[in-house]
Amino acid sequence: MSATALDGDQPTTSDTLLSAMDLRKSFGHTTALDRAGITVARGEIVAIMGPSGSGKSTLLHCLAGLVTPDSGTVLFEGQDLADLSDRARSALRRGEFGFIFQFGQLVPELSCVENVALPLRLAGTRRRVAEARAREWLARLEVEQIADKRPGDVSGGQGQRVAVARALVTAPKVVFADEPTGALDSFSGEQVMRLLVDTAKQTGASLVLVTHEARVAAYSDREVVVRDGRTRQRAEVS
Amino acid sequence: MSIGHALLGLLETGPRHGYDLKRVYDERFGQDRPLAYGQVYSTLSRLLRNGLVEESGFEVGGGPERKRYAITDAGVTDVSAWLITPENPQMYLQSALYTKVVLALMSGRDAEEVLDAQRAAHLRSMRELTSRKQGGDLADQLICDHALFHLEADLRWLELTAARLADLARQVTG
Ligand SMILES: Nc1ncnc2c1ncn2[C@@H]1O[C@H](COP(=O)(O)OP(=O)(O)O)[C@@H](O)[C@H]1O
Ligand SMILES: [Mg+2]
Repeated sequence: MSATALDGDQPTTSDTLLSAMDLRKSFGHTTALDRAGITVARGEIVAIMGPSGSGKSTLLHCLAGLVTPDSGTVLFEGQDLADLSDRARSALRRGEFGFIFQFGQLVPELSCVENVALPLRLAGTRRRVAEARAREWLARLEVEQIADKRPGDVSGGQGQRVAVARALVTAPKVVFADEPTGALDSFSGEQVMRLLVDTAKQTGASLVLVTHEARVAAYSDREVVVRDGRTRQRAEVS
Repeated sequence: MSIGHALLGLLETGPRHGYDLKRVYDERFGQDRPLAYGQVYSTLSRLLRNGLVEESGFEVGGGPERKRYAITDAGVTDVSAWLITPENPQMYLQSALYTKVVLALMSGRDAEEVLDAQRAAHLRSMRELTSRKQGGDLADQLICDHALFHLEADLRWLELTAARLADLARQVTG
């Protein structure tokens, strides 16, 4: 047995989709990120783990272009997000990224199928076509029966499956999920994870999954641990 | 885990041969640890001695593997009592991990590295269990979930300890 110092953040394939280097971000006097880095390969599922307040969400937001780091670089398909105009960055988010949050992301006034169709509608797809696609996605997530209900009238687990459908309906290259099962009981959480991981794998989308729960992280291909705003470089025994 | 009681419980559904018992046991409960034939026969002869099972017919030309066993009334009483007797909640107060962390701190090593290595190993096992669970039936899922929740408990302890390393270092070196 030989002990080799390895970078804890090595993608499982070399085909990099998204990477971040040396990210720093402060909010007032609070340092949220302090030289954080991550690499995500095409089709790879990476879990970002760490205790509450360690900077996981801030890292995710920087990767997704929702937050601009104070310094450091985020590259998506080799393109530096900082070089894009706000408008180009929004277009990238709408076209190539999908998002899933813990809760509260569905529009309460719209039915579930309208919620899933919304990203397509915003991209200019005609209503009938968009809603037909949305229904297919709801079926894939095993919630076609609630298509015409409002989000307020479905269970937490069903709502999260709708959110997964909405994130994937545009065939994004990467899905960002921040504690997607954080508000669910173990059983619904497992179902959501299974469906999320299956559909991401089937569509070839990468998944960046923020979670503080190990059972959720166990669905990933690889984990990156954040502590005090820093991604841990792990010394691995091989 | 009491193999004797598990075999008795299986015999409650009907008489079986020793090899048949082993097969059913392995199928249901022997995920990582199938029974050895020797263990099945030594257990059965103990149950026989204690009057919890009886022989219930031979096949002609039979060695021990040709005997059929049936549960007795005393056996049924014994299984019932075993089922409702709670297992001892295990308290792992002698933790190898705790010992390693303390020794790392006492010797001025990086205890966080100990925790990180363990977390990575735990997560690897949890990934294996998770993918096994996804390909499996309900029985596989429940067995894997049991193991997953236990590994998760260890990981929560690792996180808590990581958050308290500085305090612990002061205590063990002070
Ligand atoms: N918009 C914000 N304004 C002020 N402080 C923030 C903001 N976002 C995050 N923080 C702080 O940055 C640190 C990291 O937060 P976050 O990335 O949300 O951690 P995590 O997701 O790991 O719980 C925390 O101390 C948090 O309070
Ligand atoms: Mg967060």
